[in-house]
Amino acid sequence: MNWFYIKGILILSGINLLAVLGLSLLTGFTGLFSFGHAGFMAIGAYTTAVMTIHFHLPFMVALGVGGLAAALASLIIGKLTLNLKGDYFCIATLGLGEAIRLILDNVQYFGGARGWPGIPLHTSLLNVFIIDVVGIVFLAFLIRSRHGRNMIAIREEELASQIIGIDVFKYKMKSLMISALYAGVAGGLYGHYLGFLQPKMFQIIKSTELTIIVIFGGLGSISGSALGAVILTALPEALRSFDKWRLVVYGAAVIFIMISRPQGLMGGYEITPTNIKCFLFRFVKKDKKHQGMGGR
Amino acid sequence: MNILEFKNVTKTFGGLTAVGNVSFEVEKDSIFGLIGPNGAGKTTIFNLITGIYKISQGEIYFKEDPIHDLQPHKIAQRGITRTFQNIRLFKKLTTYENILTACHDNATYGIVNALLRDHKFKGQEKKLHEKAQELMGILGLSSQKNIIASNLPYGMQRRLEIARALALNPSLLLLDEPAAGMNPDETIKLMELIKEIREHFGLSIVVIEHHMDLIMGVCDKIMVLNFGQKLADGTAQDIQTNPKVREAYLGEEEEHC
Repeated sequence: MNWFYIKGILILSGINLLAVLGLSLLTGFTGLFSFGHAGFMAIGAYTTAVMTIHFHLPFMVALGVGGLAAALASLIIGKLTLNLKGDYFCIATLGLGEAIRLILDNVQYFGGARGWPGIPLHTSLLNVFIIDVVGIVFLAFLIRSRHGRNMIAIREEELASQIIGIDVFKYKMKSLMISALYAGVAGGLYGHYLGFLQPKMFQIIKSTELTIIVIFGGLGSISGSALGAVILTALPEALRSFDKWRLVVYGAAVIFIMISRPQGLMGGYEITPTNIKCFLFRFVKKDKKHQGMGGR
Repeated sequence: MNILEFKNVTKTFGGLTAVGNVSFEVEKDSIFGLIGPNGAGKTTIFNLITGIYKISQGEIYFKEDPIHDLQPHKIAQRGITRTFQNIRLFKKLTTYENILTACHDNATYGIVNALLRDHKFKGQEKKLHEKAQELMGILGLSSQKNIIASNLPYGMQRRLEIARALALNPSLLLLDEPAAGMNPDETIKLMELIKEIREHFGLSIVVIEHHMDLIMGVCDKIMVLNFGQKLADGTAQDIQTNPKVREAYLGEEEEHC
């Protein structure tokens, strides 16, 4: 195992982590399931590539533009679909993700279905790491503000949140846009890491992978999403020795977690200094109790 | 002055008239009772006031402004909140988080303020926490602060729902069967609470209830609904002696027995 290989896995985990963070806001905190986030990643990836190659923008600026393009696309889509409830929204996003891929398949400017080689390799472990940290901090700050609380309220009880004066549509829109922004930036990083883009990379399977990670990590937990992204991106690599059985093992691992821990890895809890302290304290307390029982 | 006015309001679902041509006024600072047999359209009236249903005909005025075309959240921001017959709390959140979430309208900071954690964010957030703390104290929920809402005892859940509604600083509070499922002791406590809330917050209250003791005990004025039609309104005494109301509740009096 050389460093180049491990670095590659870390970068891919970092990119997935960013996309998953965005989806976590939408699915875990606002309660809207999306199966089209690969579509937003694709928009971000292609826009960023155009910005760096054709417009010669610096990479960071191009990433921002890519993210904004994805957010803009989500604005249009959100206007049309966010009034749909539950499963219907889910199906709409599924269709959307596929539509974006099929459009890219046929636009020759981006290389069409054959793909687009020769994208400069700007993504490094350092910039992925920095963007991830910024992404996590921003998301944590958002969740711990009134905006985040309103989104959680919508997830818990939509009717009641209207009654306490929350504009449900507006907050779903905000959540969708921020989550598309994250996905767009992740897409931009992805393209500039692989140096090659092809619509096939953003198939429905990519969207499902992101959703699985969010559920695997635990709905409504940022640390869960982050952990899930790293574990589930690295797991197929760790299973390389299983050869053709590795995806079966991967699937079995996900099913195992779902059965043994339906609430996900973190199950709505966060890893924060205070929570760790509480956890350890409870552990110590339990030990003492046991001793007391034993003494009696 | 009337805080709420219904003018010939009709609501139909297909061919069914849930509320038919109902008019009434709720005076400012009063407690208004809404009673009637099951299916009389009481909760529908609440849904019409809060904008969950759109009215088919007529007008609803709140503080002399029409509100029947507004969306639910706008109506809430104007100062009307409610509780639900089947409790609708944010079940997985704690008592404190439930109230804190509802306080959101007292702050104005945007997403960017929240991301930067600037002065505006910190100052307003501090005020929200103070307000939530205060409300918990007033409604006697302080000892339940960190309990998940769905694990609270039934009576406490009702209290929490009222606390959550009060977080918006409403001027009109709608209570939909607040005493449902409570024992007589809890009902009396609730009666006291409703009166206290009115004094403390300077509210007008509309209450739907089947416990006649509670209705007759706290309401300044009562309206009786039956099959979506207004049957009678007046003070508790008027209602108790009204023959039409007796008929709706107890059936027709037989002339010869």
